[in-house]
Amino acid sequence: MAAGVLTKGLCGFRQPRIVAAGYSCSGPLYATATAVKTLPLQTDSTAVTDKIQNLPLETPDFFHLSELFSLKDLFDARVHLGHKKGCRHRLMEPYLFGSRLGQDIIDLDQTMAHLQSALNFTAHIAYRGGIILFVSRRRQFGHVVESTAGDCGEYAHTRYWQGGLLTNAPIQYGSGVRLPDLIVFLSTLNNVFQQHVGVRDAAKMNIPTVGVVDSNCNPSLVTYPVPGNDDTPAAMELYCRLFKMTINRAKDKRRQMELLQGLSPPGLTQGSS
Amino acid sequence: MAASGGRTVGSFLWKCGNCCFNFNTVSSNLTRQVLSRQLCVSAVLHRKNLAAAGPEKFSEEFIKKQVEEFNIGKRHLANMMGEDPETFTQGDINRSIAYLFPSGLFDKKAKPLMKHPDEVFPKQRAVQWGADGRPFHFLFYTGKQSYYSLMHDTFTKALAVEKHQDRLRGKDLFTQDAKQISLVGSRWLLKEELEELLVETISEHDYARFIQLMERLLSLPYCSVEEDFVQRYRRQLEIQSSKQQVQPLQYDQHGVAYSTGDGKQRKTATGTVLLRDSGSGSISINGTNYVHYFPVLQDREQLMFPLHFMGVLGRFDMQCSVSGGGHSSQAGALRLAISRAMLSFLSEGQVETMRQAGLLTPDPRIKERKKPGQEGARRKFTWKKR
Repeated sequence: MAAGVLTKGLCGFRQPRIVAAGYSCSGPLYATATAVKTLPLQTDSTAVTDKIQNLPLETPDFFHLSELFSLKDLFDARVHLGHKKGCRHRLMEPYLFGSRLGQDIIDLDQTMAHLQSALNFTAHIAYRGGIILFVSRRRQFGHVVESTAGDCGEYAHTRYWQGGLLTNAPIQYGSGVRLPDLIVFLSTLNNVFQQHVGVRDAAKMNIPTVGVVDSNCNPSLVTYPVPGNDDTPAAMELYCRLFKMTINRAKDKRRQMELLQGLSPPGLTQGSS
Repeated sequence: MAASGGRTVGSFLWKCGNCCFNFNTVSSNLTRQVLSRQLCVSAVLHRKNLAAAGPEKFSEEFIKKQVEEFNIGKRHLANMMGEDPETFTQGDINRSIAYLFPSGLFDKKAKPLMKHPDEVFPKQRAVQWGADGRPFHFLFYTGKQSYYSLMHDTFTKALAVEKHQDRLRGKDLFTQDAKQISLVGSRWLLKEELEELLVETISEHDYARFIQLMERLLSLPYCSVEEDFVQRYRRQLEIQSSKQQVQPLQYDQHGVAYSTGDGKQRKTATGTVLLRDSGSGSISINGTNYVHYFPVLQDREQLMFPLHFMGVLGRFDMQCSVSGGGHSSQAGALRLAISRAMLSFLSEGQVETMRQAGLLTPDPRIKERKKPGQEGARRKFTWKKR
C-alpha cells in the first residue's frame, strides 16, 4: 500500500519520462506497480499457513510434553548412570551430580530441563513438517532406533556413515535432495574413542542437533544436549519412546490445525486445544 | 567477464540508463537495436567435464518412448517379413534382423541388435523423494536403502522367531527337533544376483554380512516359521545327472535284454560295446578273448571297473569292437562305452553314483602340440650359458 503511494508520487513527478520508460523491459518503477497487484492474491493461503505455523510459538509448552516423562521414569530407566571417573569428559562436569564408588552420576534435574527443551524443539520441527534423522552407531540398539524412525514416519541412519553424506549431498544422492532439518543423536560416539562424524558435519551444514550425551561424550557441538545414559537398553527404549510420542503428537496437532483452518474461513481465531 | 557470457550487451546499457534518467530517451533507442547481439563466448566454457558426469542417466519418459518405438518397429518388421505382427516373437526378430542386415563381423556385440529397451538400458532408480522434498524410504539417508532395509527386515524376522521360541518355552512346548528348512540342492544368491534384485551396488563385505545374517537366522531351531522369506534368497542347483541321456533297453528275438554303448573316444581310440543281460561274464574284443587281447592286467582292470563298481560282474556278456590308439587308450575307450551301455539297466540313483565316480565323463586329454622354438610341447632346447 505504501509502495503504491510512492510510485504514484514518483510517476507524477516524472510525467515527461513516462513515454520513454514505457517499453517492454520494465524498470524498477513499473516493477513495484506490478508487485502491488499480486500481493492480495497470495495473502489468502500464506496468511493461513503462517498462522498455523506461528500459533505454537505463543505458548512455552504448546504440546504438553512435560506430562510425557517424570524424574521417577528417568531414574527407573537408569538414565542417571554415567561411566567411571576415568572416562569422564571435562566438559560434562557441569552436568554431573557427583560420583559414587568411582561411577559418575548425572544430575537428573538438569536432564529434565534439557530433555524438555529438546523434545519441545523436536515437536516444533515435526509440526512444521521438517525432516528428522535419528543417528546412533551402537550396534545393540540399531534395530530399535530404525523401528522408532519407521513408526513415526521419520528417517534413521544407524549404519556406517559415508564421509560426504551431509557435506557432499548432491553428489551422493542426486541434485535437488533435501537435507534433514534436525538430527537426533541417540549416542554421539562412534566407538569409545571417536565422536560421530555427523555431529561435526551437522554443525558445518547449519543443521540443529539434539544429542544424548553420556559422561564420556563431548557436548560442545550439540545444539540441544541431553545429559543421560546411552548404554542401558532401558534408557534407550525410554528415549525412543519419548521421541516417537513427541513426533506423533506434533504431527497429529498439525493435521488437526490444518483440518480446522480448512473447514472454517481464514481470519477466525482458533483457541489452542 | 567470462561469468557473464550469456548476458546481452543491452542489459548492461539498460542498467546504466536507469541510474541517470536524462539519458533515458537516447539510450532506449540504442538498446532496442543492440539487444539481440550476444557476447562472443569461448568454447572452453561450453565443454562439459565428462568424467565427472558419471554413468548416463535415462529418464522414465525416455525409456517409455523407447518402448513405444520398439513395439511399433516390431510390427513394421513383421509386415516387412510378411508375417503376423501379433505373434512375432523375439526369436523371429533376431532371425529377421540377421536376414535383413547380414553381418560378417565375429564379435556378437558388434552385430546389429533389436531388443526390448528393458534389456538394452540398465535398470535405474527413479527420483527418491516427493514434491515436498521428503524421501519415500525411511533409510534413504544411509545411501544404500534397499540393502539396509533388507538387513533390517531379516533381523526383524530373526527377533520374531526368537520371540516365538520364548513363548513356546513359556508354555513348555519347546522341542529341539522342530521341522527344519531343507537347504539341500539350493545355493544362496550370488552377489551379482543380489545386486540385480536390489537395483543397487553392494560391496563384498556387505554381501558377506548378509549371508552371515541369513545363516544366523537359519541357526535358530524354529526358523521354519520364516521359510518363505529364506527361500526367496536361494536358488535351486541344477541336477547334473538329469542332462545324461539314457537310451531305453532293447530286446532281441529270445527276449534277452541288450544295449549298445556308442563309440567313445579316448585319445584317438574308439570303441563300441554290445551288452547282453543274463550272461556269464564273457568278454570278446574284435573277435578275440579279452585275456588274449589285453595281456596287461591294468587294461583288464579298466574293463572290469564299471561292472565291479555296480556289483554286476557276472551278469553281462560283452561284445566289443575297438580301433585306433594304443592298448591303454583302447581300454579307456571301452570302459566309457561299457558305462554308457550299462545306464539303460540302472536306476536314477545309480546313474548319479556312476556320474559322481567319474565313469561317465569322457577323458579330454590328448597329445599336446609341439611349439616352435621348443623341442617338444613343454621341453625347451638345452640352455647353454655361453
